[in-house]
Amino acid sequence: MADLQHPLVYASWETRGYWEGAGRGELVLQRCEACGTVQHKPRAICATCFADAPRSFVASGRGTVHTYTVTHQNQLPPFAAACPYVMAYVELEEGPRLLTHVVGCDPTEVRVGMPVVVDFQPQERTDGEVFGVPRFRPA
Amino acid sequence: MSISGKAAIVGVYEHPTRWAPDATEFQIMAESARGALADAGLTLADVDGLFAASMTMGAMGTIELAEYLNLKPDYIDGTNVGGSSFVAHVTHAAAAINAGLCEVALILYGSTAASSSVAIGTGMSHGNRGAHESFTSPYGLTTVGSYALVARLHMERYGTTPEQLAEIAVTMRRHAGLNPAAKMRAPITVDDVLSSRMISDPLHLLDCCIISDGGGAVVVTSTERARDLRKQPVLVLGCGEAVAHPEIGSPDLLTVAGAQCGARAFAMAGVRPTDIDLAMVYDSFTITVLATLENLGFCGRGEGGEFVSGGRIGLGGELPVNPDGGGLSNNHPGMRGIFLVIEAAKQLRGECGDRQVAGAKLAVAHGTGGTLGVSHSGATLVLGVE
Ligand SMILES: [Zn+2]
Repeated sequence: MADLQHPLVYASWETRGYWEGAGRGELVLQRCEACGTVQHKPRAICATCFADAPRSFVASGRGTVHTYTVTHQNQLPPFAAACPYVMAYVELEEGPRLLTHVVGCDPTEVRVGMPVVVDFQPQERTDGEVFGVPRFRPA
Repeated sequence: MSISGKAAIVGVYEHPTRWAPDATEFQIMAESARGALADAGLTLADVDGLFAASMTMGAMGTIELAEYLNLKPDYIDGTNVGGSSFVAHVTHAAAAINAGLCEVALILYGSTAASSSVAIGTGMSHGNRGAHESFTSPYGLTTVGSYALVARLHMERYGTTPEQLAEIAVTMRRHAGLNPAAKMRAPITVDDVLSSRMISDPLHLLDCCIISDGGGAVVVTSTERARDLRKQPVLVLGCGEAVAHPEIGSPDLLTVAGAQCGARAFAMAGVRPTDIDLAMVYDSFTITVLATLENLGFCGRGEGGEFVSGGRIGLGGELPVNPDGGGLSNNHPGMRGIFLVIEAAKQLRGECGDRQVAGAKLAVAHGTGGTLGVSHSGATLVLGVE
């Protein structure tokens, strides 16, 4: 598997905190101060109680593989050269399931239930933004 | 007030093309409209409701389509919720007709996905800016991969096997062999499916639908008016729509939209899954069929692998699924929902020749739009003849 450089991410006002966090090496989730619900993906409002401005916090970065697939075909660059790569939902300790990659092991070694820990790939950008992409590797 | 039985499908047409490099989407839609209106014994002048969706029609595509057809409808619906759109259109048409907003609804679809080389399953970019895409595009989640996440989870949780999924593809191909219009007709075996190349583990090439060109049309009117038309009315007895998505981060990947809209459609029709003679189920991938059958209640959760085996979903089985060969073998121009409605209507009218489900009186058509594994829509119809 070629080392994949993830495509440049796009951050809106609502999602900027997530990608900036990843740029600092932190996995950032939101928790509503009114009802306490943790949510992902980030939003300007709590989608449970409709309160404004859920507060960002740094998650543990630990979780388990909820399900995965080894992608053998994707014509789009840069993924075409990176096949086979592992797409997965990782269930975080804090609850949410993230769509992500599992890296750092042979794709055939990935299993449902496998403990994983977050890992970040910094983005090489020319726009001054410091963003990163969260992936997970075996714990 | 229920709209059950108040509207009927009175004309259908499945465009015979599977490869149309010289045609436009609107041309395929217009040719399909001509076919469906002739089937109904109506003309374009009778149409006062226009419903359409396609993979390339923009936000105001229905206006462009009305111009193309030189039509000035009283009611327009361009709902696009992916491949299930046309199943939803039938529901919307039934509601609009029942409300007196239009009387003859024309539902259209056309696509040149194959001849335009649209890489639907493993190479189509949706950009990186949408609320959904901004979190999937950095990772290269493909359409096939998204369904594969569901298939893997189903296997892990219930012990479903690749052989059981393959059984679905084999059955669809057998059905396609009885359909002269189908794109892929040569028989395949479970071994053929398992030895076809892996696209996104555990889904092989033959677990995936084909890509074709094509299109179709459906005409819906009031049941009252339907009784004076050419063909036996196919009554809209039950309908429902739903969406399923990753919520706030806790997607239940094995509960698809069909669980919600299927229950609603069955309740409206006053029937149970065991009453159904055939099911038209969107088969973008083998796992789509298995998950949908479970969620519509044709079998219990986790029992799908067993249910699709032993010929149960084949012609002559307990619940024939997609006698036309489905998207896996007949046609899949990107948004297959209209063909679910067309084949269900033709089966209920007894017009399907070698692939006819004997004595079919009650059918379910269930469309899926978007992708299982992330966000998707579902639309269910219960259709019947008297
Ligand atoms: Zn809240």
